[in-house]
This record gives sequence, C-alpha cells and structure tokens, in this order.
Amino acid sequence: MDSFLLSKIEVGSHLYINFSDTLHLHGETFFVSLFVVTLLISFLVLSTRDLKKIPGSWQNLAEVIYELVKSIALTQMGPSYYSQFLPFVATIFLFVLGSNLSGALIPWKLIEIPSGEFAAPTNDINTTACLAILTSLAYFSAGFKIKGIGYFKRYIKPAPFFLPINIVEDFTKPLSLNFRLFGNVVADELTVTVICSLVPLIIPLPIMMLGLFASSLQALIFATLAAAYIGEVIE
Amino acid sequence: MVDSLVAAASVIAAAIAVGFAGLGPGIGQGNAAGQAVEGIARQPEAEGKIRGTLLLSLAFMESLTIYGLVVALSVLFANPFVG
Repeated sequence: MDSFLLSKIEVGSHLYINFSDTLHLHGETFFVSLFVVTLLISFLVLSTRDLKKIPGSWQNLAEVIYELVKSIALTQMGPSYYSQFLPFVATIFLFVLGSNLSGALIPWKLIEIPSGEFAAPTNDINTTACLAILTSLAYFSAGFKIKGIGYFKRYIKPAPFFLPINIVEDFTKPLSLNFRLFGNVVADELTVTVICSLVPLIIPLPIMMLGLFASSLQALIFATLAAAYIGEVIE
Repeated sequence: MVDSLVAAASVIAAAIAVGFAGLGPGIGQGNAAGQAVEGIARQPEAEGKIRGTLLLSLAFMESLTIYGLVVALSVLFANPFVG
C-alpha cells in the first residue's frame, strides 16, 4: 500500500547540505533546479543551433514558445520597450514552466535520498521568493533605466497622499507573486498525495491532469504579472 | 498543556482559514464564469478569446484561496507559536 504513494505528505523537510553552522543549502531544490536549468539550456541550444527556413519539430516548439512569450511581453509593455525585457520574461516563464512540469511529470520518488524528497523546485518557498524578488529588482531597474530619477514621481501619483499605499504596494507585489506560485504548486501536490492515499488507482488521474494544466497556467501568470509590473513602471 | 492548546487552536485556525478563503473567490469565480457563458451565448465566435481571459482571471481569483491555504499550511507545519 505504501509503495503506491507517489510522494509522502511532507511539508518543510529538506535534504540539508551544510556549508557552515549558519549556511545551509536545500539539497533537493538545488539539484532539481540545476537539472531543470540544464534541460532547458540544452533544449534551447539544440533547437536553435541550426535554424532552417522550414522548421523541424524542435525548432517548431522553440518558435511556439518564443511567439507566446513575445505576445505576453508585447501586450503588457507596448511595442517600443518590450524587446529589452523579453529575455527576462522568457527566462522566468521557461524556468517556472520547466520546474512545475518536472515536479508533475518525473517520478522523483524512485530516487531515494536520506531526508526530504525530490520535487518541483517551486515546491520550496525559497525558490519562489527568489523569483519574486528578481521581478521586483527588474521593475525597479527598468524604471530607473527608462525614466531616470523621474521614476520616483510614480510614488506621488495620482495624489501625494497615495505615497504610503504606493510604498506598501512595492512590498505586497513580490509577496503575492511568491505565495501565489508556491501555494499553487504545493496545493497541487498535496491534493494528489491525499487522493492517492485514499484511492491509489485511476481516481487521481483527472486531478493529476488538472495539476499539469494548473502548473502551466501558473507559469503563464507569473510571466504575465512580471511583464505587467515592468510595463506599469515604464509606461 | 499549553502546547496541546496551541495545537488545537492551530487546527481550528487552519480549518477556518481555508474555509473562509474559499468563500469569496467561490462567489467571484461563479460570477465570472456565468458572465463568460453569457458572453459566449451572445457571441459564439468570440469563444476562444473569452475562454483565455476567463481562465487567466479564474487563476487570479484562485490565488486568493491559495493565500488562505498557505496560511493554513504554515499554521499546521511551520507554526511559530509551538515552543
């Protein structure tokens, strides 16, 4: 019975790699995200290495992804600025999509590790926090790059007494991005695990399909929101 | 004694957090889906566009419930008040 479970119900147990007394590394998150990044880089390099006029299957996939990401950036940031920030949006989209799908598709349970378990890197709140803070930094630097010091005028719009609200918004934006991605990924995995422990066969399949759909949707939403925040600053 | 009190309170708090977090977004998602169905019935050729927008906005509403879930999970698994 126990072997049917695709993952254990564990939240917050990690494979710690200790560098010193105060510096730890969440081993499973680190290795899986390294794996995802390697996979993404090799896919992108192999699919665009020898470009043809009539695309083959890999190049076709890469072109579809490019078109999708480009349309996200274009609708949020407008035609004159989108190309500067397209690489950032595309990176975020591909990493989130790759890590969500790797958690849902690869049977990590087969690899035994001493504590914790391999799962999607976005299953760890530190990964999503890192992505959210990167998004914050990106829109700050985008604002400075394009508007210069006039960027700070944004804080007293539409009226000076909006200043505290605008400052608080700078903190709530990464917080909500962080919790949205983390919560969705953990909720998917918990639902599948709980239903697997009740009925291990067939019944979890539709929930798993829903999880696959939701995790790709979350990647789309994270990229859309990152692009929207940048677009809001530079408009 | 204090720990068991904290544990009981945490379980109740988690249940209330998820329950109430489900209320509002449930109503909102129902509204959005109803309006989308109305839109499709009125203008069947716009179905693809309406579906895309609907899914995106449903996911945004869903994230509100997820905030409640995150609070519930942190109360259950990473409770700061358990000594």
